[in-house]
Formats: sequence, C-alpha cells, structure tokens
Amino acid sequence: MAGHKELDAVTGVETTGHVWDGDLKELNKPLPKWWLYVLYVTIVWSIGYWVAYPAWPLVDGYTRGMLGYSQRSEVTRDVAAAKDSQARFVQAIATSPPAEIEKNADLMEFVLRGGATQFANNCAPCHGRGAQGFKGYPNLNDDDWLWGGTIDGIEKTIQHGVRSGHAEAHVGDMPRFGIDQVLTSAQIVDVASFVLSLSGAQGDAAAIERGKAVFGEQCVACHGAEGKGMVEMGAPNLTDGIWLYGGSKSEVEETIRGGRSGVMPAWEGKLDPATIKMLAIYVHALGGGK
Amino acid sequence: MTQMEPISKFIHTEAAEAAPGVARIDVEAVSSKGARSLYASRQTIYPKRAKGRFRSIKWAVMVVTLGIYYLLPWIRWDRGEGRPDQAFLLDFEHQRLYFGPIEIWPQELYFITGILIVSALGLFLVTSIAGRMWCGYACPQTVWTDLMIAVERFWQGDRNARMRLDQSAWTFEKIWKKTATHVTWLLIGIATGGVLVFYFRDAPTLAAELVQGDAPLVAYVFMGIFAFTTYLLGGIAREQVCIYMCPWPRIQAAMFDSESLLVSYRGFRGEPRGPHKKGQPWLNRGDCVDCKACVAVCPMGIDIRDGAQLECIQCALCIDACDDIMDKVGRPQGLIAYETFRNMDAVAEADRRPVRVVRPRTVLYSVLITLVLGIMGWAWVTRSPVEISVIEDRNPLFVKLSDGGIRNGYTIKILNKAHEPLRFRVGVEGIAETETSIVGLARGDAEIAVDADVVRALKVYVTVPAGAKGHLGGASTPLKFVVTDLATGEHVVRDTAFRSPGP
Repeated sequence: MAGHKELDAVTGVETTGHVWDGDLKELNKPLPKWWLYVLYVTIVWSIGYWVAYPAWPLVDGYTRGMLGYSQRSEVTRDVAAAKDSQARFVQAIATSPPAEIEKNADLMEFVLRGGATQFANNCAPCHGRGAQGFKGYPNLNDDDWLWGGTIDGIEKTIQHGVRSGHAEAHVGDMPRFGIDQVLTSAQIVDVASFVLSLSGAQGDAAAIERGKAVFGEQCVACHGAEGKGMVEMGAPNLTDGIWLYGGSKSEVEETIRGGRSGVMPAWEGKLDPATIKMLAIYVHALGGGK
Repeated sequence: MTQMEPISKFIHTEAAEAAPGVARIDVEAVSSKGARSLYASRQTIYPKRAKGRFRSIKWAVMVVTLGIYYLLPWIRWDRGEGRPDQAFLLDFEHQRLYFGPIEIWPQELYFITGILIVSALGLFLVTSIAGRMWCGYACPQTVWTDLMIAVERFWQGDRNARMRLDQSAWTFEKIWKKTATHVTWLLIGIATGGVLVFYFRDAPTLAAELVQGDAPLVAYVFMGIFAFTTYLLGGIAREQVCIYMCPWPRIQAAMFDSESLLVSYRGFRGEPRGPHKKGQPWLNRGDCVDCKACVAVCPMGIDIRDGAQLECIQCALCIDACDDIMDKVGRPQGLIAYETFRNMDAVAEADRRPVRVVRPRTVLYSVLITLVLGIMGWAWVTRSPVEISVIEDRNPLFVKLSDGGIRNGYTIKILNKAHEPLRFRVGVEGIAETETSIVGLARGDAEIAVDADVVRALKVYVTVPAGAKGHLGGASTPLKFVVTDLATGEHVVRDTAFRSPGP
C-alpha cells in the first residue's frame, strides 16, 4: 500500500489502497479546502487557548493559563456583586421593624422573593417545598401555630429552634403516658376518644365520658380545660382538626402512649439576622400569620 | 491559485473582433460546466463594469438598502418620559422590541415569527414569478459584494487594469493600490459592524460610548465579528458564498416552473453564434457574435449561454452588456433577457407566448401571504394592553384552617403594556361567601396599582369558611377571578378552580 500510488482507471484519482470484495476500491479524494483551513484555524485557536486558559491537568493541579481565569473566582465575584446590589435592602430589613417592612412595597417584594429562596434552601427539606409540612413537621400555611404565629413569634422560633439545645429554645414535651405507665392502655383509648371528639369526631359516648375525666386530671395543665392548647408550652389546639402526628384514633393513641418531642434546629448563627427576619415575614405571609 | 493561467489568456487582444467595432473579449467562464470540479482551486473573477438599465436599478437598490441599514437606527420616535426614543430598537436588555409605534413583549414574539413566515412566502412568490430577484438585487451578500467591487474598481481600475495589476510584480503602485482597496473594505466592514450594534442600544449614546472606548464589551465583539465577516464575505469570498455556502441556490429550483421569468440567453435567436463581418447578411446565423461581453461582466464567472445554472444569481448585468453589443451591431436588444423556460423551448419568435403571472403556485403563495398577514393584523388589532393570568397553587392544593375553613392560594399576574399606570380591582365569583385577601394589602382591600410597562404578581388567598363549605361541589369547584380596570370599567374574567378535600 504505502510507497506507491495507485490511480483509479476511470477517474484518474488516487485510491486509498484498500480493497473490498476483491475489486472494490475507495478513491482518496482530498478534503474540501475550506474545511481543511477551518481545521488549521481551530488547531491554532486551541494552542492559543491552552496558553490563555486553564487547560492541562498536572500531577498536582493544572496549568493556570496567562489570563488567570477560574470559574470559581468568577462565581465569587458574581456573588459579591449580587450581595453589593442587595446591600441596601438587607440593611433596611436588618434595621426596620416588621410592621414597617410590610408597608414598604419594594422592600416587601424583596423579602417575599428572598424569603422564598431562603425557605427552599433551608426549610423545605422538613416543611416541604410549599411549606405544606409532613407528619411531624408542621404545615406553615394554616393558621394553627404551636409556638405563636405572629412575625415576632415565628422569628423567635426560627432563631432558637424547638428542643434544639439552644439556651432559649422552645421546650416542653408531650409526656410518654403509656411507656412511663402514667396511664393504662384502657385509659389511653378513652382519652384518645375524648380528644378526637373535641375536633368533632363521633365515638363511644361512655368512653368519651371516661376519657374526659382522665383529660381533666392529666392533660389540662398544658392543653387547657377546653383543649385549645397553650403557646407557652407548645401544646397544640386539639379542637381544630389539624393533627401534626395524624388524626386517626391509632395515631392519637400512639402520641399519648409514646409522647412527642419533635426538634427544630436553631438557625441563629447559621443564618444572619436579616435572613431570619426575612424568613419570618415570608412564612407569616404564607396565609396563616396572626 | 495553483495553476496560473498565462496572462495572455486574460488580456483581450484587439486582433480578434467579434463584429465591426465589437472586440471579442478573451475570457473563459470561471464557473463554466467544464470547470465545475468539486476540488478546483478558486480562480479570480474580474467582473467588467456594466452600464445600462439593470445596472442603474442595482445602483438604486444599493443606495436604498444601504441607506436604510446605515440610517435606520438614527431615526427617533418619541415614546414619552423614561422610555427609549429610538424608532427601531431591539432592546434585549429590557426584553422589548420597538418598531416605531409597535412595541413587542417577549411573549409576543409570534409577531416576529409571522413576519418571518410572510418574508419566506414573499421570497417564494417573487422567485416563482421572476427568479432569483432576491439574490440578484437585494441580498446583503450581493449588495455588499457590489459595493466592494466598486471600491476595487475605484482604486485599481476596470477588469483589464486589475488583471494586469495582479500579474505584475509587487511595485510601489501595486502595493498602494492593494492597500487602499483593503483599507477601504475594512472601513466599510467596520461601518457595517458599527451600525449593527446601534440596533440593540440607543444609537447616539452607544456612538459616544464607542468613541470614548467605554461601550459594553459585547458591542465591540459584535462590531468586530461583523466588520470581519463583511470584509471576508463581501470583499474576499464574494461568489464563493453564493456557490458554496448559501443553501438558497439549492432550494430555489423548487420554486421555478416553466413560466418563471429567468435571466436567459435566447438560444433560438442567438445560435448559431459566430463572428460577424461587416456587410455579411444576418440570414441563417444567430445574433450572437460571440464577443463574450456577457461573460466578462458576470460577477459569478459564468457563461449565461450555457443555460440556467446554480451559480447564476440573476443580477441581469449580462443583459446590459449584451443589449449594448446588439445596439452596436444593429440587431434588436434582448438576446439575453428575462425569459421563461417555456419560451426558451420555442424554436421561433412566433411560438413565444405572453408571460402568465397568475398561476396556481403564485395564487397559492399570495393566498398564504394574505392569510398570514390577516391573522397577524387581527392579532395585533385585538391585542389587549393588559394581560392577566391566574395560576393556582399546586403545593399545597388547599389548606385546612383551624376553624374548619378551606383556603386556596393563587398567583395573579397582571401585565400592563399600556404606557401609563393602571388601577384594578380583583374580585372572585362562582362560590358564595368566600373571603379574599391579597398579600401586601390591608384585609378587605382589593384595589391594586400596576405601573406602566411592568408585570405585577399578586398572591391572593381565597377562603371558604367552615359554614360555607356546603357551596363547594366536590374536590374541585369552578371559580372565576374578575379583574376590573377602574378607569374604563372593563372586566377580564379568568376561570380557575377551588380545591378542597372533597365533600
């Protein structure tokens, strides 16, 4: 093959020398000139690119290029620029009371958009993308608040958390009435019937009556005589049909038997005060704020 | 050029005469049938200057099209305070397109689609009637190439002078003439690129920024790209663009039929061709004296006498060249002319038929153009200055409240395309006893202001109290949002649904 050129008899064009099926040969046509020139240009370009930009991996690191370009520093610069352009909003949020922020339409728009982003980044894993909550993680759209639904109340909850270990965290557990043998199984069933009846569920009248007596002894301290709950203790309102751990009879019995002590982390120190205030106003504006 | 032709081949010699007073130009068509190899090196074409009817039309088209291109960004249009006053502006930064009184928002880009469809159909229509009018007269590649050739002729002289210059050694004269040509081409390129960026940003502002050197980098980049491509495609590549890069010559054959008027050599009149001597009778011979004037003026390097061919952009300069010769030899003009395939097949003048412009395909294109223009016009006339959309919350679909009520959330977007602030009242219909609240407004307040030229998004909560749940019909109940323009009293109704856990 190599060394001697074979010319095709019909076209007079050189062949590649490969033969298929005994007699089938391929013409060795030159590449179109424009194509070849474009190829040369890209080769020259790539060499220039290696010199100017990060290109080759080395044992430890890579060639940096003369322009000193890096995507990381690009991002850092963009983030700094974004922070710069938001500074006047953030400053205003940090220094203004919530009532004033709500009156300022521009600032409020920033708070709601920024709050939505911060919520998605920090809160959505537990409370859900739409703040709809899951079993054990409260729905933040409704008007039922364990620890208070004012902007200040929500801000405090975010700052300090619930049973988070923070010095000022909300504390107050639902005791383990069954496990700690405060109540018998029969009593727990009765109390569950009574509690569900507070939210309008039908049940065995005798059991409800017996449960009411037990409730009066064991539960009123936190949940109140009418079962309306108590914000200071984080004790939920039992009359509104909204159940953090499920509203079926077995779920309510389980709550009484084993107690509940969900944890929300304290965000103070992880998020700056302006962001926490922004989140509080955002959550408050989800529709259920007091 | 790998194989340089001997110089004598190009320079015309007075010895050969096609007819009395008509020199035969010694020229071979560069893009002739015989020379149509896929891998041939490019041969330089030296178009000779043409004079005549079509050349004049082409000069006029060049002045008009380049005039529009270079001057359009400078036309002002008062749109009021704080809004761009450039008549023709593609404002990507603020996502608006301005065409005089017309302002297009991003979601209305279908108007641009419509204009492109009409343009394409218009191209089909013109092509089916009179061939490659676009290529011959109006295509930017043609117009700028024409300009670049004129510049070249200005500095280096006409065909023969340019050939002689190219063949000569690098004398001082050659260097300065070539330099002047390329510098002028580059200046035209820079002007072209420079004007292009004015379409995207306020022209006077950007002009000042460009001069002071503080225009956005992207402006310089695009200016550079278009300066370079204008120089490269118009000055250097020329006919190569039309022959090898442009898809339209490949497609246009589908637009022609036997009734299309194409620039053609009337073989039935011209053949047999040959030199004509003074006093010789014109009987039993064609009118073509084989002077090759048509080949010499052709910017595409073809011989029109070979018939219809892909390389021909139908610029009609060969018509001008031939008509001139016909006058000299005393034969009627029109040996090369706009002619149909049908008449080309005619063997004698008597068989020729008048051109039929109204044909099924031209009717079809005209109907389609009218249809698209009609739809666009209707869409434009009925275009509302206010657009309202209602989006239901999906996550969660509904919220149970502590008193047993059900709440749904909605996002209402109001686009105010009017150039003044508008006020609206947002109301809800369809379910009795609902309570509506808008985030950011006091409870019970439902009036909102939307500034000129902005989109305002509102979060609206609709609550059906526990006592009114009887009005709900299952998991989804139809609900209407009624947005009233407080100035005009006009209502816009948007249908949506209210979701609940079910009965």
